[in-house]
Amino acid sequence: MLARIPNKRAIALCSRIISRPGPLRSQKRWNSPQAVVQQPWSDSLQFPGAIHSKFTTSLQFASTDPKDAMPTFRIMDAEGHIVDSSRAPIDITPEEVTKMYLDMLTVSIMDPIMLQAQRQGRLSFYMNSSGEEGIGVGSASALSAQDTIFLQYRETGVFQYRGFRLEEFMNQLFANAKDYGNGRNMPVHYGSRDLNIHTISSPLATQLPQASGAAYALKLQHLQNPSTVPKKVVACFFGDGAASEGDFHAALNIAATRSCPVIFLCRNNGYAISTPTLEQYRGDGIASRGVGYGIDTIRVDGNDIFAVREATLKARELALTGEMRPVLIEAMSYRVAHHSTSDDSTKYRSGHEIETWRRRDNPITRLRKWMERQGLWDEAREKEAQTRIKKEVLKAFNDAEREKKPRLGNLFEDVYEELTEEQREQMALLRKTIELYPEEYDVEQFEGGLGGLDKR
Amino acid sequence: MPPNLIPRALFRAPAELRALIAAHPRFYSAHPPHARLNVPIDFSTTPLLHHTASSALANPELPDSVRKHSKTVRQQLHESINSALRHALTEDDNVLIFGEDLAFGGVFRCSANLQSDFGDSRVFNTPLSEQGIVGFAIGCAAQGMRPVAEIQFADYVYPAFDQLVNEAAKFRYRTGTTGVDCGGLVVRMPCGGVGHGALYHSQSPESLFTHIPGLRVVMPRSPSQAKGLLAASIASNDPVIFMEPKNLYRASREEVPVDPYTLPLSKAEILKPGKDVTVISYGAPLYTCSDAITHAEKDFDCSVELIDLRTIYPWDRPTILESVKKTGRAVVVHESMVNAGVGAEVAATIQEQCFLRLEAPVQRVAGWSTHVGLVYEKFLMPDVVRVYDAIKKAIEY
Repeated sequence: MLARIPNKRAIALCSRIISRPGPLRSQKRWNSPQAVVQQPWSDSLQFPGAIHSKFTTSLQFASTDPKDAMPTFRIMDAEGHIVDSSRAPIDITPEEVTKMYLDMLTVSIMDPIMLQAQRQGRLSFYMNSSGEEGIGVGSASALSAQDTIFLQYRETGVFQYRGFRLEEFMNQLFANAKDYGNGRNMPVHYGSRDLNIHTISSPLATQLPQASGAAYALKLQHLQNPSTVPKKVVACFFGDGAASEGDFHAALNIAATRSCPVIFLCRNNGYAISTPTLEQYRGDGIASRGVGYGIDTIRVDGNDIFAVREATLKARELALTGEMRPVLIEAMSYRVAHHSTSDDSTKYRSGHEIETWRRRDNPITRLRKWMERQGLWDEAREKEAQTRIKKEVLKAFNDAEREKKPRLGNLFEDVYEELTEEQREQMALLRKTIELYPEEYDVEQFEGGLGGLDKR
Repeated sequence: MPPNLIPRALFRAPAELRALIAAHPRFYSAHPPHARLNVPIDFSTTPLLHHTASSALANPELPDSVRKHSKTVRQQLHESINSALRHALTEDDNVLIFGEDLAFGGVFRCSANLQSDFGDSRVFNTPLSEQGIVGFAIGCAAQGMRPVAEIQFADYVYPAFDQLVNEAAKFRYRTGTTGVDCGGLVVRMPCGGVGHGALYHSQSPESLFTHIPGLRVVMPRSPSQAKGLLAASIASNDPVIFMEPKNLYRASREEVPVDPYTLPLSKAEILKPGKDVTVISYGAPLYTCSDAITHAEKDFDCSVELIDLRTIYPWDRPTILESVKKTGRAVVVHESMVNAGVGAEVAATIQEQCFLRLEAPVQRVAGWSTHVGLVYEKFLMPDVVRVYDAIKKAIEY
């Protein structure tokens, strides 16, 4: 009864190997389609753990030769030229591609302004996504607005593409009374129910198994009401460093075994804070692992927004086909940004390296070159857009900075659905303390001042 | 599964071992021949269980319709949990049940027959990964489902600690006005000593969860309690850690109302009123307390109040404080180790709020600050003697 392993063995024994007479075999009780038995004349392995493995008499370990690395899917080169001239033209409207370009541009304009604001002490923290704007915007453009998204934190482009407004970004960054998170989260931990994007949390990779579960829920909700609930996928973003967490393993394995329609999208940008990928893993990136879990996998050029978009479109289609399944996309890029405002990345990599990537190859200039060649963009439009976006960002910035902080009661509320008796007592205690020592606390910057601690 | 189909032979000890056990009746568990206090709990007569239908239906916490019209059935704890899961699956399409080895009925039979009746899309096995199980469950709950995840033993919940503490507990708080939560989540886990579980089949990690605002921690003491509290946990919009004392799975058996019902969370229950000492506990040690109280009342001519916390966090402070203000003496009993255990929180709260009424120090009878070594369990867990002695000390102080 107690010991875990013998029990599992016993179960395996009775469900798989021993063929029993009578009703047990006809009732499909344990998901075990039929008995697995090794036949003496078989040319392949028939053990339950691997039933299609051919026997070989040559002693050979599977290769990990780096020269066998999985190829990287690309549509457009660094100069914005379509690499395969025989392929059909990019299937995208001028409006759509302009939106994608402007979304990347907006992120790239907002980032340095907020970075500067943090340096001036007006903001506690910031993380920018320079170099990776294409992954967020490109993949978001391939999803349906109903698809659920889980993010890590460097995916501002996803929010921007889905319609998160500048004032919504700023309210969160300044943790003011209009912040959806009620001023509880660090900056950049955005979330939006209307946009079907779950709120970002700091612990790395925790969102991965959650995405598998959410995808399973979406699948079940569709199967339970196929006429009213459409098929949807979950997209789950994470970095190459986060993929070393146990939750990555848990998520991919459970998504594969439970056939969950989830697209795992890894941003492999070469660094996890200061740790280069050579110290993160020795295999062929993240993509090679997907295959091991039985997951359809592709590696794409993350600076090529068309490649990201097309791969995500196809992944979505695959995820919703048949009994549904997970798909893994590894988007290769370079983290041009410092890890965060608390990091000076020149301490562990050369400024020359960063500058080279910024200038030679980035997703924004690549798309711009392509658009200019199509006659969709020019210097005048670029200037106008830059000036306008900068103005809009600064206006949202100023408005958000002037707002009050949220009610003090938010400190206690939403821990549980209802305040507990203990929490009510503690709120009263805090109120009393502030009343006794009014000079020691600044409550006026909070909405409702001390009254914010009153029962709601 | 009809009982005649269970391949019991596979689970039974070989004939030689059975013969050995028969020849040496004290091989596994017995009490010293002259023991008066530390004798095994007699579950067939304990006043903590409902031995008749009328007693089971007299519980004023039951809804009127259940009290008046429900039949009752004699069930063991694992069977009543199975009933609660069955009702939940029947009543709400959003309820899902999953974990390791759960599909064939579970290693403790709590999910017996549920997959064949509700299908493998709602009742299923997961890969062997606790962090995966809880993460997956949080995702399901965040998408509007009511997942009931099972961790095979509470001893194996630690790989999921990050998901429970940093994710499940903080989900509603951090999402703020977006109004997304994972409140539909329940994580069930067998816990507690069972006589021979040793280090990794005996633990009761509840105090690790009572330190986490955002989680509800519930532990039932009996089949009828388990059914109502589990139903309430599944209905709750907060994530719940539901801990099932595994030595009660088969040992405790009582009349349980057949109809579905819920019992209130965060509400303690006074099992036996008394005037001189308050004994506070939860889960399996309540039976130990009950036996100790019977002896103590006889031997010391005193009256002891016994309270079951039921929900360990957020806990029912008013009921406990009111009782101790009346009795002036308190003993807290739990299996898990004493250091920073639930007893510390209860004792400190009593000390803060009943200081002037206390006539003796609050005592904690709990596991020692060590691990559950295989052959030492009887010396480690709170037994009848230690509870009896604590009541004695409280009275004689």
